[in-house]
Amino acid sequence: MQYQSQAVAKPYFIAAIALFVAQVLFGLIMGLQYVVGDFLFPEIPFNVARMVHTNALIVWLLMAFMGASYYLVPEEAETELYSPGLATLMFWVFLVAAALTVAGYLLLSYSTLAEVTMNKLLPTMGREFLEQPTITKIGIVIVALAFLFNIGMTILRGRKTVINLVLLMGLTGLAVFFLFAFYNPENLVLDKYFWWWVVHLWVEGVWELILGAILAFVLVKTTGVDREVIEKWLYVIIAMTLITGIIGTGHHYYWIGAPEYWQWWGSIFSAMEPIPFFMMTVFAFNIVNKRRRDHPNKPAMLWALGTAVMAFLGAGVWGFLHTLSPVNYYTHGSQITAAHGHMAFYGAYVMINITIISYAMPLLRGRNAANPLKSQVWEMWSFWLMTIAMVFITLFLTGAGILQAYLQRMGENPQPFMVVQEQISLFYWLREIAGVIFLIGLVVYIASFFVGQNDPEATTAS
Amino acid sequence: MTADRSVLPSNYPPGDLAIWIFILAELAVFAIFFAAYAFTRLQHVALFNEHQLTLDREAALINTLALITSSYFVVRAVSAIKVGDRRRCVHWLLAALSMGLLFLIVKSVEYVQHYSEGINLSSNIFYMFYLSLTFFHFMHVIMGMVILAAIAVMAARGRYSRQEHTGVESGASYWHMVDLVWLILFPLVYVMR
Repeated sequence: MQYQSQAVAKPYFIAAIALFVAQVLFGLIMGLQYVVGDFLFPEIPFNVARMVHTNALIVWLLMAFMGASYYLVPEEAETELYSPGLATLMFWVFLVAAALTVAGYLLLSYSTLAEVTMNKLLPTMGREFLEQPTITKIGIVIVALAFLFNIGMTILRGRKTVINLVLLMGLTGLAVFFLFAFYNPENLVLDKYFWWWVVHLWVEGVWELILGAILAFVLVKTTGVDREVIEKWLYVIIAMTLITGIIGTGHHYYWIGAPEYWQWWGSIFSAMEPIPFFMMTVFAFNIVNKRRRDHPNKPAMLWALGTAVMAFLGAGVWGFLHTLSPVNYYTHGSQITAAHGHMAFYGAYVMINITIISYAMPLLRGRNAANPLKSQVWEMWSFWLMTIAMVFITLFLTGAGILQAYLQRMGENPQPFMVVQEQISLFYWLREIAGVIFLIGLVVYIASFFVGQNDPEATTAS
Repeated sequence: MTADRSVLPSNYPPGDLAIWIFILAELAVFAIFFAAYAFTRLQHVALFNEHQLTLDREAALINTLALITSSYFVVRAVSAIKVGDRRRCVHWLLAALSMGLLFLIVKSVEYVQHYSEGINLSSNIFYMFYLSLTFFHFMHVIMGMVILAAIAVMAARGRYSRQEHTGVESGASYWHMVDLVWLILFPLVYVMR
């Protein structure tokens, strides 16, 4: 750790991992509810479990993005963070807001939660992923503004690298697009437009810039390859991301009442969205091949390369599978979507956050470069367990989705939703088993922070 | 043209490799758009032929000449910097930019004409493709002009020399791509029947 203030990243990373555990537990609960419908009913109904599963994911990814920024921005800018105190304060505000919101989901009925949080004054609740009470949303905006101020001032004061500027651009976009969450028009078509401007422009737009910047940072640090080479790639990747991703929003407009030309615009541009992810894969392997030193932190490198591959598969290939409008006509909102959602979020955003945590945590905990060998071995085991489990979750959901689309929407005699659900339950059971293995991987990952801590630090030779 | 190749180090492809990857990706998007146009046209030949006649072919021809000329000017700019003549390089880039501007003006006049006739993306499938393709290309002309302008500024500030002018070559390559796409778009959408 080169700057004292980078230490504020640590609580963000720890809280992020804790929320990750919550997310996976609720995922397992839901996975079981797919096949055992009344499991934990009425205490945790499916809709509540789903809300916690997705909201915990979003919040922990945001927390980890913030931690990553607090860690890498001072180092890139070559100056201390503008205000470490503000960063720590915002951490607690964010954590308490997140905890209260989840408690609200679990303890109150959603309508009661809407009532006590005075949703009526500014109605923003009731939309997928944006279920948070308005007051939580306001909290998120305050935290995001304080965060941007802190990061922005640090960058202004110090060295302005491409990595920092791309990161800042991504984070600013993240904050700006979230503002659409406050606009909730009566007209359902308009509502969907604005809703997608948060959801899509986040994950298929500005978050990709954040991903690119973090990946570039870790690669600069671990490979020792010239910054100029890495920056050039970063430029090309973000340009392609924005060109394909922004107009690619059209693939969400097919069936919401938008004009017909979106069938074409959405199909053509989103078909190109895998390109920047493919470039990212080529980029990561290229840079690692050109490395000028062998960094002793092997898991960080593994996670970095894993991100590049899995993001391409999950976001790129699995996105392409159902992005063309004639295909989406049959697969829309089926388990194919769930398959894509799982692998894309894991491959792109979960893995990039674990990459930076993997790189930064040993340093934040006072090591020179890397964890002891035993800890590294455990972490690499967790990589393979979680990643392979996620591949299987995705494959089983894809199987379920293909069958679902066929039986429910394409066959000679299309069958009702619930009848089809019954027939694809085998896939749901298999997915649940893969989910349990994922949880085991996560436990191994957390254990890697504690095993072999008294051993000597790993060196390049090992 | 005047560059003495024997003294210069071999440099292929010209410019930065990154710009070529970018160009390849851009061309892929256009290729898919063109293919979609062609296949859709097969199903609506009469409709496409009928509405194609409403397009302003003279304006498009002027624009074709403007872009070809601009590409020639860009070639001259690259030649100039290869012999270390920064001033000339800037002048040729400005000349290319003026041709780009001419393109934008002519195309805008066409758009205003369509707009006043009440034509939009939802009018029919031909206009959907015509407006989408040309507008997407229009945005690329703007992007290319931004790049050329940036290069002109840097050239004026002395960033490039006889030995190091990768930036000029990269920008020139991008501009030629913008030109090339129009050379396919013009016959495909305006002329071929």
